[in-house]
Amino acid sequence: MAELKLPVSEERVRSLKVGDFVELTGRIITGRDAAHTWLMKEYRDDVAPFLKDSIIYHCGPVVATNDDGSYNFVAAGPTTSIREEPYQADVIGRYGLRGVIGKGGMGARTLAGLAEHGAVYLHAVGGAAQVLARAIPRVERVFMLEEFGVPEALWVIDVERFPVIVTMDSHGGSLHDEVEERSQAKLRELLGFSV
Amino acid sequence: MGATGSNTETFVELIRRASTELPADVVEALEEGRRAESEGGLAGIALNTIIENVDLARDISAPICQDTGTPVVWVHHPVGVSTRALTAEFESAVREATQRKFLRPNAVNTLTGANTGDGAGRGIPFVHFEEWDEPRIEVRMILKGGGSENVGAQYKLPDTKLGAGRDLEGVRRAVLDAVVEAQGKGCAPGVLGVCIGGDRVSAFEHSKRQILRPLKDINPVPELAELEERLLREGNELGVGPMGFGGKTTLLGVKIGVLDRLPACYFVTVTYMCWADRKAGVSIDEGGEVTWLS
Repeated sequence: MAELKLPVSEERVRSLKVGDFVELTGRIITGRDAAHTWLMKEYRDDVAPFLKDSIIYHCGPVVATNDDGSYNFVAAGPTTSIREEPYQADVIGRYGLRGVIGKGGMGARTLAGLAEHGAVYLHAVGGAAQVLARAIPRVERVFMLEEFGVPEALWVIDVERFPVIVTMDSHGGSLHDEVEERSQAKLRELLGFSV
Repeated sequence: MGATGSNTETFVELIRRASTELPADVVEALEEGRRAESEGGLAGIALNTIIENVDLARDISAPICQDTGTPVVWVHHPVGVSTRALTAEFESAVREATQRKFLRPNAVNTLTGANTGDGAGRGIPFVHFEEWDEPRIEVRMILKGGGSENVGAQYKLPDTKLGAGRDLEGVRRAVLDAVVEAQGKGCAPGVLGVCIGGDRVSAFEHSKRQILRPLKDINPVPELAELEERLLREGNELGVGPMGFGGKTTLLGVKIGVLDRLPACYFVTVTYMCWADRKAGVSIDEGGEVTWLS
């Protein structure tokens, strides 16, 4: 298992391949549906430094507010990534992201964006909200909480040995394409169609 | 307190149980899956993480998944119980459970995009009522996550592309297609609730209701029992695997129900429930005595 420290260089990210099991340590940011359209509507100077050479996590957490006003992630697994397919490649290019954490994989447009800009898609285990929240020891700050609500806000967080699997790399490799192709072939066989 | 007092606290506990404690039969099915996958492979890693997560959530009484879903509730009640009052109590329970972090604030105003902030909204929670002859109230609930809800499907038979006619072989074809279409996006390994027949609304409700059935129960209709077993086996042969990483564990169960239909319509409706197959039940007797159901 490899460790990946953030911020990360393009060269290091390009060394990652589909099937690699990686643990992330450093600062990342969450962002999902509302965040992606918002990031593309205009360039967001205040958020940009948190995206550069870092990773965006498709996650809508359950969050507790501590007595001193600080925040704490109570449950924080990945959400389905494919909804960001129309925006993801552009968000990566525009803000210099080196990766995306989510679940379920993404499509051809994102895969091309990963190759073009030098980034990876990292798959966290869907539903594993406690194991993953434990790997998020600190919430640094939050953007757009009032406007977007808790699940959709952009949370700047520290992760420590946050476990993910590379399922789409910067060389055109996609585990999701491989599995889909194999399962489609098996379906044709089960339905008695010529393969 | 049964028909007279407030059931809000009982419903909060029902939600807490569903959100933080996975039923024993589901845990057993996940462990069976882990034994089937090779050690150190991606499927094995995913199932190890899932099982570790289930144990951790139970230990600290925190949500298994951050998408705590839509509470979908089925209530059986005796004559004379106010369903309006029960609905209000359940809504209060959802707000309280959201406050206590057993639920995420999960209701979004569709027109404005604003989160209601307290977990309740129009159509959330969704409570179904049925009157029965028993003196007690029985409440059963699932927490239905959004990722898996997005991969649910409704087929209209015949379907030329799938070679699916209006018979159980056609049903088989539609359901297998739904599993391939879902890939890992519904958080496989999933449980399928299927309804054959009905209309577009009743069929989805009936397919969701199938999720309440224990994974190891046997369908009383022999040909459906046979189809459930076959679809579970063939679904797993598709090789989608946990999280869509590839592997032998794509489904944990297939449960099929039937409604009658119009001559013109033959729907096959598939509800996909993620591996976090969260459900809980409670019985409240006339005196307010509470019994938790497995």
